Amino acid sequence: MLKIANKSFSSRLFTGTGKFSSCMLMEEALLASGSELVTVALKRVDVKNNEEDDLISHLKHQHISLLPNTSGVRNAKEAVFAAKLAREALETNWIKLEIHPDPKYLMPDPIETLLATEELAKLGFIVLPYIHADPVLCKRLEDAGTSAVMPLGAPIGSNKGLKTIDFLEIIISQSNVPVIVDAGIGAPSDAAWAMEIGADAVLVNTAIAVSGDPVQMAKAFKMAVEAGRMAFEAKLAAGVTHAVASSPLTSFLYE
Amino acid sequence: MNNFSDIFQTMNWDEVKASIYAKTSRDVEHALATEKRTLEDFKAMISPAAAPYLEQMAKISQQLTVRRFGKVLQMYVPLYLSNECKNICTYCGFSYNNKLKRKTLSPMEIMQEVAVIKEMGYEHVLLVTGEDNETVHIDYFKKVLELIRFHFAHISMEVQPLDLQEYEQLTPYGLNTVLVYQETYNERDYKTHHPKGKKSNFRYRLETPDRLGQAGIHKIGLGVLIGLEDWRTDSFFTALHLSYLEKKYWQTKYSLSFPRLRPFSGGLEPKVEMNDRELVQLICAYRIFNEELELSMSTRESETFRNNMIKLGITSISAGSKTNPGGYAVEPDSLKQFEISDERSPEKIAEMIRSQGYEPVWKDWDNSLA
Repeated sequence: MLKIANKSFSSRLFTGTGKFSSCMLMEEALLASGSELVTVALKRVDVKNNEEDDLISHLKHQHISLLPNTSGVRNAKEAVFAAKLAREALETNWIKLEIHPDPKYLMPDPIETLLATEELAKLGFIVLPYIHADPVLCKRLEDAGTSAVMPLGAPIGSNKGLKTIDFLEIIISQSNVPVIVDAGIGAPSDAAWAMEIGADAVLVNTAIAVSGDPVQMAKAFKMAVEAGRMAFEAKLAAGVTHAVASSPLTSFLYE
Repeated sequence: MNNFSDIFQTMNWDEVKASIYAKTSRDVEHALATEKRTLEDFKAMISPAAAPYLEQMAKISQQLTVRRFGKVLQMYVPLYLSNECKNICTYCGFSYNNKLKRKTLSPMEIMQEVAVIKEMGYEHVLLVTGEDNETVHIDYFKKVLELIRFHFAHISMEVQPLDLQEYEQLTPYGLNTVLVYQETYNERDYKTHHPKGKKSNFRYRLETPDRLGQAGIHKIGLGVLIGLEDWRTDSFFTALHLSYLEKKYWQTKYSLSFPRLRPFSGGLEPKVEMNDRELVQLICAYRIFNEELELSMSTRESETFRNNMIKLGITSISAGSKTNPGGYAVEPDSLKQFEISDERSPEKIAEMIRSQGYEPVWKDWDNSLA
C-alpha cells in the first residue's frame, strides 16, 4: 500500500478537478477512477464560504481526501500564503505546491519551490511539490522535508506522455520519498508505463477531463495504473536489446 | 532593445499588408500542418487565401482550446465608472465632442453597482472609464480599488494608459489585469481617428504594454478596434506585439479581444467591414498560432454568433453588461459607450454554456493570492 506522510492509499491514481464540462461529470469520473487524493486549485474555490462551494460539494466523499494546490502563485512567498489560506479554508495541512511564474508553459520554478518547501515543511505542512524531472532537485527537496516529489512527465496539459523518462528512472531509483508522476500523462498506457518503471503514483487530470467520455476514461486509467503497478511488483522480464553471439567472445579463457 | 517601438519602427504597414494578401493556399496548408507556427504562418491563416480552410481551422482551434483550457468558460462583467473623456475619438460614444451629459460614479454609487453585479454571481470584474485626468486619475483608481478589492476575486481595468510608476502604485491595491487596446497599428491613420486629447499620442499608447510588463501586472489584454483599418494587417501587428511581449515579460499572462465597431449615439459607420466568417477565421488563427492565449468575447457580438463561438476558441465571455456608468442600478440611462448586441442575462448565458457541455466558471483567481 502506498503511504505518504501518515496516510495510506489503496489507489495509486491521483486526479485533478479542472477542465471538466460540469461538476457533476467531474464527480462521476472521479468516483469511477477510484482516486483517493484529488487536487483542487485554491483559486477556484470560495475560500470564505466553501461550505456552499459548488466544486467542493461535489467532492464530499468518505474515501476522497482533498489536496489543495497553489496554482496561480509566482513565488515562494505567495505560495506559503496560499498554503496557509488553504489549510484554513479546507482544513487540511496537505498542499500541492505549484509555483509556475511562467503562464505559457506553466514550468515550475525550482528555486522558489525549494524555498517554499523548506518553509512549509517547518510549518508542519505535508508538501507535495510539482517540479521538473530533476534528480538533484528531488534530493534537495528531501533534505528540505518534502513528503513526496511530483516530477513532470511532459509539459502540463500536453498529453505527450513520459518525455522525461530517463530522468524519472533516476529519480525513482534514488528517492526516499514517494515519486508521483504529474503532468503530461495523456493515455492510460502512459500511466501504466510510469507505474511499470516504479513510480509510486500518477496524477492525471486533462487526459480524463477533456476525453470523449471522462467516466470511461477514468475507469481506463484506474485499470492501467493497477496493471502497471502489478507489473512492477511482478518484476518485468529484462528486455534483450541485441542478438547473442553464436560463438562466445570469452570462451578462449576456458580453453 | 528597450521597448516595442524599436521593433515597430522597422516595420512598414503597406509592406506587411501586401505580404499578407500575397499568401497562397500552399502557405495556409503549411501553417495548418506544422506544429511550431511562426508569424508567417499566422499571416497565412489570416489571409484571404485561408477562407476555404475555415472548417479545418475551426476544428484545430476547438481541439487546442479544449486541451489547454478544458470545457470551461470564464465569466466576467464590465463596470463602467465614468464616461467623462477629454479625447476625441471618431468611433467612441464617450468622445469629447459628443455633447451629452457626463457622469463619474461616487464611492456610494459604485457600491450600489457592485451589489447588483455580485447578485448576478460575478467574481471577475472589468473597470472601465474614459480619459479625463482631472476626475478619473490615479487617486480615483486607488480609491475605487480600495473600495471594491475584497468584493471580487479578480479585478481588471480598461482605462487610459498610465505611467510605469502609476501602474506600480496600483498593483498593491489588488489590480490584476490591464487591458489596453492599440485601436490601430496604422500610425499614419491613427491621428485621423484620434485627432485630439492625450490619446492622440500613438507612441505612448504603443509602449503601454511594456510599462505594464515592467510593473509586473499579472495579465495584459491586447487588441485593436476592428473596423478602423484593414483588420488583417492590424491583427498581424497585434500578434507581433504579443510575441514580443511574451518573450520579454515571460511571467505575464496575455489575453486578446476582437471588438468590432458598434453603433453608438452620434457615431460613424465602420470604415472597413469584417463579416462573421472573417471574425471566426481571425479567432481560430489566433488560437492555432498561440495555444495559451486567453481569448475574450464581449456582448458586442450577437446571440447566435456568441452561442456558436464558445466552442471555437473563446475562453472568457461577458454577459448582462451595461456600457454606461451607473447602468446596473444608479442611472440606467446615462451615456453609453456603445450599444450591446447580446442582451441576455448572465443566468441565461450560463444556461446556454451548460447546454453545450461547457461549465461557466465564475471564480478562477483569489484576491488573497497576490
